[in-house]
Amino acid sequence: MADDSLPLMFPAYAEIFLFVMALVVLMTDVFVAERRRWITYVLAQTALLGSAVLTVGIAKTLGGVTGFTFGNMFVCDLMASVLKLAAYIAVSACLVYSRRYLEERGLLTGEYFALTLFALLGMMVMISANHLLSLYLGLELLSLSLYALIAMNRDSSASTEAAMKYFVLGALASGLLLYGMSMIYGATGTLELTELASRISRGGPPPLVLIFGLVFLVAGLAFKIGVVPFHMWIPDVYHGAPNAMTIFIGSAPKISAFAMAMRLLVDGLLALAIDWQQMLIILAVLSLAVGNLAAIAQTNIKRMLAYSTIAHMGFMLLALLSGVINRNLLSAGEAYGAAMFYVVVYVLTVLGAFGVVLLLSRAGFEADNLSDFKGLNQRNPWYALVMLVVMFSLAGIPPTVGFYAKLAVLQSVLAAGHVWLAVVAVIFSLIGAFYYLRVVKLMYFDVPEDSSPIEPAIDMSVLLSANGLAVLFLGIAPQPLMALCLHAIEQSYGFR
Amino acid sequence: MQAATPWLSLAIWIPILAGFAVMATGGDRNAHIARPLALLGAIAGLLVTLPLYAGFKLGTPDMQFVELSPWIERFNINYHLGVDGVSLIFVLLNSFVTVLVVVAGWDVIRSRVSQYYAAFLIMSGLMNGVFASLDAALFYVFFEANLIPMYLVIGVWGGPNRVYAAVKFFLYTLLGSLLFLVALIYLYNHAGGSFAILDFWTLPIPLNAQKLLFFAFFAAFSVKVPMWPVHTWLPDAHVEAPTGGSAVLAAIMLKLGAYGFIRFSLPILPDASIALSGFMITLSLIAVAYIGLVALVQADMKKLIAYSSIAHMGFVTLGFFMFSGRELIPIAVEGALIQMISHGFISAALFLCVGVMYDRMHSRQIADYGGVVNTMPKFAAFMMLFAMANTGLPGTSGFVGEFMVIMGAVKFNFWIAFVAATTLIFGAAYTLWMYKRVIFGDVANRHVAELIDISPREFVVLLLLAVAVLGMGIYPKPFTEVMDATVGNLVRHVAISKI
Repeated sequence: MADDSLPLMFPAYAEIFLFVMALVVLMTDVFVAERRRWITYVLAQTALLGSAVLTVGIAKTLGGVTGFTFGNMFVCDLMASVLKLAAYIAVSACLVYSRRYLEERGLLTGEYFALTLFALLGMMVMISANHLLSLYLGLELLSLSLYALIAMNRDSSASTEAAMKYFVLGALASGLLLYGMSMIYGATGTLELTELASRISRGGPPPLVLIFGLVFLVAGLAFKIGVVPFHMWIPDVYHGAPNAMTIFIGSAPKISAFAMAMRLLVDGLLALAIDWQQMLIILAVLSLAVGNLAAIAQTNIKRMLAYSTIAHMGFMLLALLSGVINRNLLSAGEAYGAAMFYVVVYVLTVLGAFGVVLLLSRAGFEADNLSDFKGLNQRNPWYALVMLVVMFSLAGIPPTVGFYAKLAVLQSVLAAGHVWLAVVAVIFSLIGAFYYLRVVKLMYFDVPEDSSPIEPAIDMSVLLSANGLAVLFLGIAPQPLMALCLHAIEQSYGFR
Repeated sequence: MQAATPWLSLAIWIPILAGFAVMATGGDRNAHIARPLALLGAIAGLLVTLPLYAGFKLGTPDMQFVELSPWIERFNINYHLGVDGVSLIFVLLNSFVTVLVVVAGWDVIRSRVSQYYAAFLIMSGLMNGVFASLDAALFYVFFEANLIPMYLVIGVWGGPNRVYAAVKFFLYTLLGSLLFLVALIYLYNHAGGSFAILDFWTLPIPLNAQKLLFFAFFAAFSVKVPMWPVHTWLPDAHVEAPTGGSAVLAAIMLKLGAYGFIRFSLPILPDASIALSGFMITLSLIAVAYIGLVALVQADMKKLIAYSSIAHMGFVTLGFFMFSGRELIPIAVEGALIQMISHGFISAALFLCVGVMYDRMHSRQIADYGGVVNTMPKFAAFMMLFAMANTGLPGTSGFVGEFMVIMGAVKFNFWIAFVAATTLIFGAAYTLWMYKRVIFGDVANRHVAELIDISPREFVVLLLLAVAVLGMGIYPKPFTEVMDATVGNLVRHVAISKI
């Protein structure tokens, strides 16, 4: 429990601040003229910066103690703080990358910033949820904001279709999730995750209804993470949404999806690990297969990255399912730490990939076909190099950071004794390498079809360069981030 | 013992940093800066390897010039470098060939010059890293990172079918490497959390696990060597790659695979190596005899040399896997190592020779040539030497290694020696027949008649290689004495069961 001298809502200050700021952004935007839109933009970035400062401050003040508030519905542990910081960085990068794109299309409105901040707030609530209901609330806040964001470009039928599809399927998944939660409540009589965990481990063999509830929960979770066979929405939504929304959907929400998996499966249902680990094996293997194979056939880079996301989330699940070995938790910290590292690295890398897509998009031109990358090395060697590094990181080739993410996951899988899973994973990584290589091939081996100059805004060019270099430098020195993820998991869950 | 001056780190990072510096010179209008800068980087890279040879202590199998500092504590991965007699030679060979390749590409590469040189310099540093790594994870990082520049070299500056060749090269080698990675992580877990190669050497492993690991290692190294039947990427890659790419590929990159067998398979899995030696010998003999015949019918000079490389590398793997009882045959192992170095010189030389002709005629087809000796006498003389060396003529470096491996094979089994010795016939046949058709005879056509003999730049490159080939053939002791202690230690180590 939290220290008594702390004010009641102290662990949730970052969320409260962000909520207020989202409202401020919404209100301010009503009063600023079109050409002063930068005020809103700066306000949104300030909100992110302020939240980051608050999150660091809270983590420092808590000093390794887990803080609870709102009647234990809200938890703030080190894992939550680290994941939130990663989410702020991702969202902030999205804003920078998307600014000019949205400006050129007249979509840079106050709603965009407000919805983005609300979506982030939803993610933060999910990351810090200690109660099935708060988890669900966070998820819905995120999802509703995303539906609206995707449909922001009202004149585009593809965007509207994508939003509709996402909404219908998302509602279905939320239904599954709620149904599972109700069964779990029926079996245990509680919705609070820590209480749930202790009741299940005290309760002897789990009743059938609990296992049923778990199945529904895993299905809903699989939908939100986007793994096979609940992946159908991902390619269509990625493809249909405007590029600036795709980068948002494709980055930060992955962090919250990981947090949701941790909260549900590890915080709440660790005692049922034997059951859910088997389910995750199926999801992971199918995702690796379908994601990597289907990505080969794509001609649109957003669709390709969508299938690649499916494969990557499958890879991340491999680590999640390697935590509990024969009912012992000795390597659980390492496995979940590997999954966390994998997700953070994936988000960092994919931000770079979508950043380059946005870089190439101009007014009236969406650079989302693979052929738009032809001869990028001749048009601009530096951004071609950034994309090269990002692609090799997604393929898991050293010395980029993607390799260490794969290394960490494979180590956990092998430590859990799943040699065949590791072999399956690397074989599909090989297949995956093909389509990343194809992007490199287009950029370096082919001649450009489009010779219009690439002139990004200064903030975007700096951040995109930093993003590419980060992927490379974290590959040369991965220790700090790896250790941070491991430490966050070990401290939050007391694994050792 | 830590080295006082980090020579190995310098040998790795000077070329890599020079590569990035060259890349920073930008577009082709700065090519006049990029070229000297690249040469400077390559020569600096070679110079820092000389103290390694000079300061190397003979007669001990211990790792020398050791550098050890923690790198990724989460996995207990260390930045752990060191060389023994075997790896030292390859660091030297690699740095030497890099200089030649930089010079050889001087006038030939005219588009994206800075990127071309950057790729080669970075590759050179990474390959030094492979040979100097004493930590398996570090080894793997260097081993894999090599693929990126080579992929670009083949794909950007290669021939008409370059995309196919580049992708095939990348995926083929990646498949092997990924299984190798799984095996390494298995060993890491088995060793209780260590990636140190020398820890793996003393790790007891049951025979069944050894066999599985052996096949995982085999997947990585046999593709790189390449051994029959996973050799098919090599002719494609060689034919499409630019001259410098082919030279580096043949001279150094193929050696990474053979080096892997020496560094990983034999000492870590001695029992599986013995149990599967028949398998390895069979594949090696197929490479020697069958691929020799395949080389005979090639119409493309680069393809011919590529197949010749596979046959010669078959000799190397043959030498590594002949056991009498539990003991490796030292003369065969040492012969195989000599063969690796010699092949490094000869294959680089032959590819550069073909490059010299290709730059003038833009054809690699044997049929397009004939009577080159009439217009390029100096070149013909050099190529004669390298062709003879490729057939294993006494007095050239090609003879020493083949002779030692065949000597070892006779001790092991006469019929294996007999099949292996067919290479002396096939090798002579395909090399000299090609030489005859290309160089001798009447001037075949107008284009040959217009050929100009080699420039001073080409002369220097070929002369350096000729000196190396002859020097090693006449007096191989500087090479053998360095590796004696290491080979002896390997033989003793492999003889002890680890089950």
